[in-house]
Amino acid sequence: MAEIKNYTLNFGPQHPAAHGVLRLVLELDGEVVERADPHIGLLHRGTEKLFEEKTYLQNLPYFDRFDYVSMMANEHAYTLAVEKLLGIEAPERAQYIRVMFAELTRILNHCMWLGAVALDIGAMTVFLFCFREREDIFDYYEAVSGARMHASYFRPGGVAKDLPEGLLERIKGFTERFPGFVDEYETLLTENRIWKQRNVDIAVVDEESALEWGFSGPMIRGSGVAWDLRKTQPYDVYDKMDFDIPVGVTGDCYDRYLVRVEEMRQSNRIIEQCVEWLSNNPGPVKVDDYKLTSPPRAEMKSDMESLIHHFKYFSEGYHVPEGEVYQVVEHPKGEFGVYLVSDGSNKPYRMKVRAPGFAHIEALDYMCRGHMIADVVAILGTQDIVFGEVDR
Amino acid sequence: MTEKNMTEEKLQDDIGVTAETALPPEVDGLRKRFGDQVLDVEAGLDCPSVTLARECIAEACHYLKGEHSFEQVMDICGVDRSDYRGWPADAPRFQVVYQLLSVSRNCRIRLKVGANERDLVDSVTEVWPTANWFEREAFDMYGIIFNHHPDLRRLLTDYGFEGYPLRKDFPVTGRVEMFFDEAQWRCVYRPNKLEARQLIQKSWPGVDRG
Repeated sequence: MAEIKNYTLNFGPQHPAAHGVLRLVLELDGEVVERADPHIGLLHRGTEKLFEEKTYLQNLPYFDRFDYVSMMANEHAYTLAVEKLLGIEAPERAQYIRVMFAELTRILNHCMWLGAVALDIGAMTVFLFCFREREDIFDYYEAVSGARMHASYFRPGGVAKDLPEGLLERIKGFTERFPGFVDEYETLLTENRIWKQRNVDIAVVDEESALEWGFSGPMIRGSGVAWDLRKTQPYDVYDKMDFDIPVGVTGDCYDRYLVRVEEMRQSNRIIEQCVEWLSNNPGPVKVDDYKLTSPPRAEMKSDMESLIHHFKYFSEGYHVPEGEVYQVVEHPKGEFGVYLVSDGSNKPYRMKVRAPGFAHIEALDYMCRGHMIADVVAILGTQDIVFGEVDR
Repeated sequence: MTEKNMTEEKLQDDIGVTAETALPPEVDGLRKRFGDQVLDVEAGLDCPSVTLARECIAEACHYLKGEHSFEQVMDICGVDRSDYRGWPADAPRFQVVYQLLSVSRNCRIRLKVGANERDLVDSVTEVWPTANWFEREAFDMYGIIFNHHPDLRRLLTDYGFEGYPLRKDFPVTGRVEMFFDEAQWRCVYRPNKLEARQLIQKSWPGVDRG
């Protein structure tokens, strides 16, 4: 009888379906995966070390570079964490703006995810459709912050600037168009025979395992746990929003796909409500304390006090009271947490970022076992991995 | 949620235990179960924060998961306290911080244990499998050693990396740089010559303002 040996295969780090820089060592029995050992850290930039050398304001742009497909959602967690330690609350208009952009970011992220996963599985058209909508949202990013991706728009104490004129109408137009676009994606995929063959009953995760493996976001909702931080531990003005949480039944890749698609529709609903409120309620967009936010430029030209505040704000920065806080937000990928330890100075003493993708990719081994090698790509896709946040 | 809390408080009143109304049942439970091993309890800005003796962390996690339905550990990380202003010299250098989440009860708790360089912290991988990588990361970044961990390898740093980058005595510029050596036709490390510079000094309110 022939001797049967397991075959070890190296997947990545330059594989196009590795979603960045994942090196995956697969142990195969024929075509069946026996063990998957992800080697991460190829995008490790030591951000947590850099945090300790920078002031609170200088740290903000690093957050755009964690999960670089949902930039403002990362900023949101950091902003809220610093605000909590400072004991301030952003003005209501700023909170609405942040919620609106957090939801636009969710659509941005899910479009990227859907396009990339469909492409991995072989559907080219979806990718082109999704990127068409991403382009619109990038335009809104550019309109408020000047940058198309790394916006640094949310600031502790509010947002950097008020919305430019005419932007709300453009976003309103987008919310009217967008449900039709989601229908287009669904026409291409939801009942598609190949899509279903590749996704239904792949990587089934039951409720208990999903909890044990630290899943969050669409991954845990796909497994049937109705857990959404926007509902259960609301922050900013999410408690005033009317939306539903989609929940999966079987916990397979197809359910997680359906959950994410429905989330796009729900995000659209939230954006509509924000646009409605914002067009009727002008007001300040940052706290009225120039030790914590920058004073208006016009005032600096004539007022000595404002000039000093401006200088201090952008050089030494502000001091955050001693304490610690773990602030979470419902990031498009799951629970994005910032554990911030302050020693009362102008720089964080320690800041740990809890990335949802980190826990998800850890469970890759658990999810892949017993599946065919072709399913590895589908499973990696369903986890919505971005290495900026996994490696930090 | 509030109704549930109230009934539990009432229960405690009935059995004659003086309940601290500000603190949730899991903190009281920990105090009752572990007694002296609960070193400190803080109410915290976001959730209660309990400092435990190092020896009982695994047992405490089993207890919290089993009795108080903390189904998830969301984060485990190390903190190097050696540079912290006013940190007692005899206190352990590192802290391991656990962020626990109960999905069914919608609440959180933070656990902390202290450890020095050569101390062993019991791994909680058997309570929550997801702890595996978080502990590997803490080992990688701080050199905190986790006892009974199934696979304590480095996680984020390069293969063959030396040192623990997030310790306060590790320079932010690192110690080595990588370059391509024409003679050997491969990438090699050499000590870097970067000077450590600080553009903005660390300052506290009311002090360091020359």
